[in-house]
Amino acid sequence: MIVESPRRLRLQKIAAHGFLIIFLALILFPFAMVLSISFREGNFTIGELIPSDPTLEHWYLAFGLDYTRADGTVVSPPYPVLLWMWNSVKIGLGAALGVLVLSTVSAYAFSRIRFRGKAPLLDSLLILQMFPTTLTLVALFAIFDSLGSVSPVIGIDSHMSLVLVYMSGIMLHIWTLKGYFDNVDSALDKAAAIDGASPWQTFRFIFLPLAVPMMAVIFVLVFIGAVNEYATASVLIRSESQMTLAVGSRLYLNEFKYLWGDFAAAAILSGLPITVVFLIAQKYLVSGLSDGAVKG
Amino acid sequence: MAQTTDRAAEPFPVARIVLAALAVLASAYAAFLLYAMAEPMYGAMALALSVLTALVYFWRGASAWRFVFPGLAGILLFVLFPVVYTIWIGFTNYSSFNLLSYDRAVQVLMSNRTVNKDSELGFVVAREGDRYRLWFKDAGLVSSPLALDGSETAATLEPGAPPAEVLEARDAIKFRNALQALELTRPDGSVIRNSGLRTFAEVILEYERIDADTLRRVSDGEVLTADHSTGFFVTSAGEQVPPGWRVMIGWDNFTRVFTTPGISEPMVSIFVWTMVFATLSVLGTFALGLLLAVILQWPHLRGKAVYRILLILPYAVPSFISILVFRGLFNQNFGEINLILESLFGLRPEWFTDAGLARTMILIVNLWLGYPYMMLLAMGFLQGVPEDHKKAAALEGAGPLRVFFTITLPQILPPFLPLLIASFAFNFNNIVLVLLMTRGGPDIPGTAIPAGATDIMGSFTYRVAFMDTGTQFGLAGAITFLIFLVVGAIAYVNFVAMRRAANRSLAR
Repeated sequence: MIVESPRRLRLQKIAAHGFLIIFLALILFPFAMVLSISFREGNFTIGELIPSDPTLEHWYLAFGLDYTRADGTVVSPPYPVLLWMWNSVKIGLGAALGVLVLSTVSAYAFSRIRFRGKAPLLDSLLILQMFPTTLTLVALFAIFDSLGSVSPVIGIDSHMSLVLVYMSGIMLHIWTLKGYFDNVDSALDKAAAIDGASPWQTFRFIFLPLAVPMMAVIFVLVFIGAVNEYATASVLIRSESQMTLAVGSRLYLNEFKYLWGDFAAAAILSGLPITVVFLIAQKYLVSGLSDGAVKG
Repeated sequence: MAQTTDRAAEPFPVARIVLAALAVLASAYAAFLLYAMAEPMYGAMALALSVLTALVYFWRGASAWRFVFPGLAGILLFVLFPVVYTIWIGFTNYSSFNLLSYDRAVQVLMSNRTVNKDSELGFVVAREGDRYRLWFKDAGLVSSPLALDGSETAATLEPGAPPAEVLEARDAIKFRNALQALELTRPDGSVIRNSGLRTFAEVILEYERIDADTLRRVSDGEVLTADHSTGFFVTSAGEQVPPGWRVMIGWDNFTRVFTTPGISEPMVSIFVWTMVFATLSVLGTFALGLLLAVILQWPHLRGKAVYRILLILPYAVPSFISILVFRGLFNQNFGEINLILESLFGLRPEWFTDAGLARTMILIVNLWLGYPYMMLLAMGFLQGVPEDHKKAAALEGAGPLRVFFTITLPQILPPFLPLLIASFAFNFNNIVLVLLMTRGGPDIPGTAIPAGATDIMGSFTYRVAFMDTGTQFGLAGAITFLIFLVVGAIAYVNFVAMRRAANRSLAR
């Protein structure tokens, strides 16, 4: 480590690069396959990695367009992928906005406002956070089934119901933001209080602007989380037109109707935007993930 | 003075008052509707929400709670309440057979009607200007003019002459909904209702209510009594009449889980597999992530940024997509993985029908999905290990492996621990992976309820509740309660670990 022979170092470098390249080839193999499959003809055919007879059929269908094959037959899209994407985006935006509003306000209170029972409340929230929504699906189904009799807007098959469930998963984000607010110099809010600012004004004009980077991280995290969520959505959403991408994509690989090629194109189309957002934001996202879990 | 501080503390009282008043009124109205819909529990909750909102936003003594109340209400309603409610459902017979509340079940029975076939009369729709009449040829009756837009519920019939312009049957079909809402009163005062595409008939209620818990079947005079221990109306012969309603059945679901060998045996195997799956997933992703992080931290390595981006790709792609991609690639008959294995080694593993292979496949996919997260975390923690510690150890003659296991690992493990426990808890309930990949299959043979070799506790419950025949919510609730006990234990351990990590970072 301190003194190393150049030859040994070169061997080590070759070994490291070799290992990483072989590992990456294995890891990235599925991506290469999906890309290739999306340009292959048909939904079953087995072919080469680079299709000899590439076709845009699956891509036409993914974009919701009819495709006319060379022999004149017209193929219609099997599923409304773009509609599902739009549903997912709507739900993701709604949940992300809701979580932001609720968690910033709550985190500020937990960090700066004194009220009785604060510490035990925080501890209970921390433990409650470990009980995932996926375990309470039976109850959630029963609740929204009953609420639907009041108004279909908060019933089964409604996007509002999903947003409400996703919005409630704010404990982790309260925790993250609270840790962030705790690090804000208390001289700042004391100065504000001396100038006659109310707790709301202190929050609105001092803490909120400071939290913007953190809020961006939480926004992206919640958005991605909501778009990726499968279990709750599969229980609460029943009709094809209301489905999110995560629920709908499952239909492609049904045992009785196996649309491998169509799925590949739809998967790339729908996965790409989220992947790009994630890669751009990943540096901040990861610190947000680990900070929230460790800070006390 | 009090006046001025009050004003200072409250820059926009109007906004608060208007918003809070709207919330109070909306939840009070919801409470009213829920009571009217025979949902007293939700009604009470909506009422409580209304009262609490009023209290928190209008009473000065509770002003400290104004900031946390919305978030707290959301958590209570959609996280804590479902947890409690799931446990409660575990003590009920809630299922597709006992779906409704008692009041609703009675309502359904009381609205059951039977058609008196003997009284059926054929009809046609006749146009008269922009309105319509119904013409009953055999009875020589004609209805008053109707718009047939669905808004009419009653009309009278009178003797009349055959109409001039009669609609074809296929044109009349579009009025089906409007016709079904109609009650026609004949000249003798008897009422007929739509009973088919071309007929109206006398329709009589199937049951009449004698008192709160007894109904009489009109056709044969049979008396039905409500049995509140099973949630069904029963005839004197003991025959159950659907629909049933939800009742508390005590520990029956739990007894069923523990005493039916067809349930308890697969559950033990599922529980063991869940623990194995979660443990191997955490250890595997941690080891692989750490290894990659260590390689990427090596100062002599070039092209780190490119490697890093490529290595975290599996984490960046939405998991539901990558899981489904793997489902296709692993397909036994035309999946690319078997294609390659066959051309290279002549193998064609049955990934979805062999229990051991299916479990291996699930673990491989989870390793692929989970290592980047561990790698990213490890890269962060590795930076916190002081370089001079490692140098000192190396000077003492320790090899790189020894340095790693005696210096680096002990330093990053404590802050890593809460995250590892959280990852364990996540994988313990990683039902998305199982549901999308195998749906729990291949099924374990000889079980009373469907249970698969790759099922984890959560996905097993999901199948009991939502996928297989007879949605058994009650049984699912009971099993979930058992899962809660495990999750609660994990949560507590994690809580303690987090506390320790927090104290350590404070002491530093």
